[in-house]
Amino acid sequence: MAATEPRSRTLIAPAELTRPVGRFLHRFVLGATLTGFTLAFVFPLYWMTTGALKTSAELAEPRPTVLPSSWHPESYSEAWTNTGLAGYFLNTVLLAFGALLFQLVIDVCAAYALSKLRPVLGNAVLAMMLATLMLPVSALLVPVYLTVVDVPLVHVNLINTPFAIWLPAAANAFNVFILKRFFDQIPTELLDAARIDGAGTVRVLVSVILPLSRPVLAVVSIFAVVGVWKDFLWPMLVLPDETKQPITVALNRLAEFMPANQLLAGMVMASVPLLVLFLLFQRHIISGLTAGSLKG
Amino acid sequence: MSALPTPAAPARRPRHPRRARRLRDLRRTGATGDKPATGGNPATGENPATGDNPARGRAPATGRVRRLRENLVAYLFLSAALICFALFAWYPIVRGVLLGFQQVTFAQPAEWVGLDNFRRLFADPLFATAWRNTGYFTLLALVFGFAAPFVTAVVLNELRRGQSYLRLTVYLPVMLPPIVTMLLWRWFYDPGPGLFNNVLGVLHLPAQQWLESEHLAMISLVLVSTWANMGTTTLIYLAALGGIPGELYEAAELDGASIRRRLWHVTIPQVRFILLITLLLQVIGTMQVFVEPFVLTGGGPDDATVTILLLLYRYAFVYNDFGLASAMSTLLFVVLGLFAGLYLRLTRTKD
Repeated sequence: MAATEPRSRTLIAPAELTRPVGRFLHRFVLGATLTGFTLAFVFPLYWMTTGALKTSAELAEPRPTVLPSSWHPESYSEAWTNTGLAGYFLNTVLLAFGALLFQLVIDVCAAYALSKLRPVLGNAVLAMMLATLMLPVSALLVPVYLTVVDVPLVHVNLINTPFAIWLPAAANAFNVFILKRFFDQIPTELLDAARIDGAGTVRVLVSVILPLSRPVLAVVSIFAVVGVWKDFLWPMLVLPDETKQPITVALNRLAEFMPANQLLAGMVMASVPLLVLFLLFQRHIISGLTAGSLKG
Repeated sequence: MSALPTPAAPARRPRHPRRARRLRDLRRTGATGDKPATGGNPATGENPATGDNPARGRAPATGRVRRLRENLVAYLFLSAALICFALFAWYPIVRGVLLGFQQVTFAQPAEWVGLDNFRRLFADPLFATAWRNTGYFTLLALVFGFAAPFVTAVVLNELRRGQSYLRLTVYLPVMLPPIVTMLLWRWFYDPGPGLFNNVLGVLHLPAQQWLESEHLAMISLVLVSTWANMGTTTLIYLAALGGIPGELYEAAELDGASIRRRLWHVTIPQVRFILLITLLLQVIGTMQVFVEPFVLTGGGPDDATVTILLLLYRYAFVYNDFGLASAMSTLLFVVLGLFAGLYLRLTRTKD
C-alpha cells in the first residue's frame, strides 16, 4: 500500500527525520520493531514447525535447541496417519465448508430479500437480526445448546451431526448486514433492466447481483471459514463423538497422550490452512476487519 | 469484525401506498414516467418478466394480489434465515432468561423455582471469585491489550519502511486457532524445558512458575491473550491513524508543538472515538474469556483463574445444572448489556 502513493504527513515531520539524530532514531526504531516483531510473532511459528521435526527426547531436554539436532520429518506423516489427525482434519474441512455454504446461501437470500424485494416489515426483521449482535455469545451458550439437543417443534437431536455447527452459524446478523449494505449500492435500474429482459427473481440474484458482489462475498466467505476453523468450545460441546470432532477439539483432547513432536505436527496442520488463507487474501481480510469496525 | 454496526436508514419511500404502488409498477414496466397520474401505459404495460396482467396498477384489487405475491416471494427468500434466527438466536434469548428461573434436568420437564437459582449462585463462594478474577483479567487485558496495540500502531505509522511486513506479522497470531496458541504457550510456560524460563536463565534472572503460581497465573493468561489478539486492534488503530489529515500536524508544527505535544493534542483527540469503541469492545470480549484458563490452568492454582465463563461451563456441562448456568449468563448479560448500551449511544451520537 505505502510505497507508491505519496505519504500524508504523520506525527513526525519529514524534516525531523532527515536530521542526523532523526535518521538514527528512525533506523534504530525500525530495526528494533523488525527484530521484535519477528521474534514475537514469527519465531513461535518457526518453533512450532521445527519442534515437530525433533525427537520427543530432544523436546524434553531442559535446554531447548534452536535447530533440531536430528531431523525427523516423519513425525508429520505419523501424526497424520497413526494418531488419526487426517480424519479430524477432514472433519474440520467438512464443518468449515458446510458452514460456508449454509451461510452464503441463507444470508445472501435474506440480504437480497431485505435489500431489493423489500417486503412488508423488512426493516423490523433486519432490526431484530441486528439486535442479536448485541448479545454476548456466552449468554446464549446454554439455551442454544438445549435447542440443539432438542429442536423445538420438530424435536430432532442435532448433537453429533454437522448441522449443530452449520445452522447456528447461518444465523449471522453481521453477514446479513454487510451483504445488505452492499446490495443496497447496486442501482435498481440495473435490476429493472434485467427484469425487462425477462429475468425472474432468482435469475436477477444469480446473474446480476452475485457477479457484482464478489468482494463482499469474498469477505463473508473468508470470515465464515476462519470462524468455524478456529472455534473450539462450541464443537467440543455439540460433537462429543470423538470420530466427528474437528482438529481443534481433538488436539486438546489428545494433547496429554500424543508424543510431543506429533502434537506439534498436528498443531502445524491445524494452522497451515488458515495461514495460507491469510497470506492469499490479506487484503480482503484487513479490509473486512476495518470495514466492520470503523465505518459502522 | 465483532463491531456492532448501526442499522442503515431505510430508503425513502412515497408516503401514499396506492401512489407508491403505481410508481413502482411504472418503474417495473419500463415506462418513462412522464404521466404518472394515468397509472401506466397499457401499450407498454405487458411485462415480459411475468407476462400477465398488463393492466396492473389500474385496478386496486389486482394490485393488492400482486403486492401480496411479491411479499410472498420475498418471505420465501427470507424463510431459511428466519428459521435459523428464530431457532438459534431469538428463541434462545427468551429461553435463556426463563431458564434462570427454572430447574432443568433432561429427565423431567423444567420446573419453575423462582429466584432459587440466583440464591444458590450467590451462596457459591466461587461465584464471587469468578467475578473478581474476571474483573482482574479484564483490567490487566486493558492495560496490556489497550496500550500495546496503540503504541505499536503509532510506531508503525511513523516507519518509512517495512510496514507491510510488520502489519502482516502482527496479524499472524490472530489467524492461529486459539487452541494451537494455548498449547504452544503452555509449552513455552513449562517450568522445565519451557522457552521462557530458559530465556530468563540466559539473562541470569530467576525462573518463574508461570502457570503454577497464584500471583503469576493470571498475568500469564493475559500475556497469551494479548499476544493472540493485538493484531486486530493494531490494524484498526493503524487505519484510524492513516485517516488523520496531515495538515493538522503541519499546523501544530508551525505553532512550535513538540512531538510529544503533537501526539497529545493532535493524534489522540483525532482517534479518541476509535479508542473508546475498542475499549468497550475489549471489555465485552475479555469478560467472556474461556479458552485461556480452560486449556492453560483449568481454573487453578487454587481457583486463582476461575473466570465467569469457566464457572458457567462447569455449572452447565460438568454438573448439568442448566438453570444455575442460565442464571449466571443472565447476570453476565445484564452487565455486558450496560457496556453494549454505552457503545450504541456512542456510535449513534457520532452519526
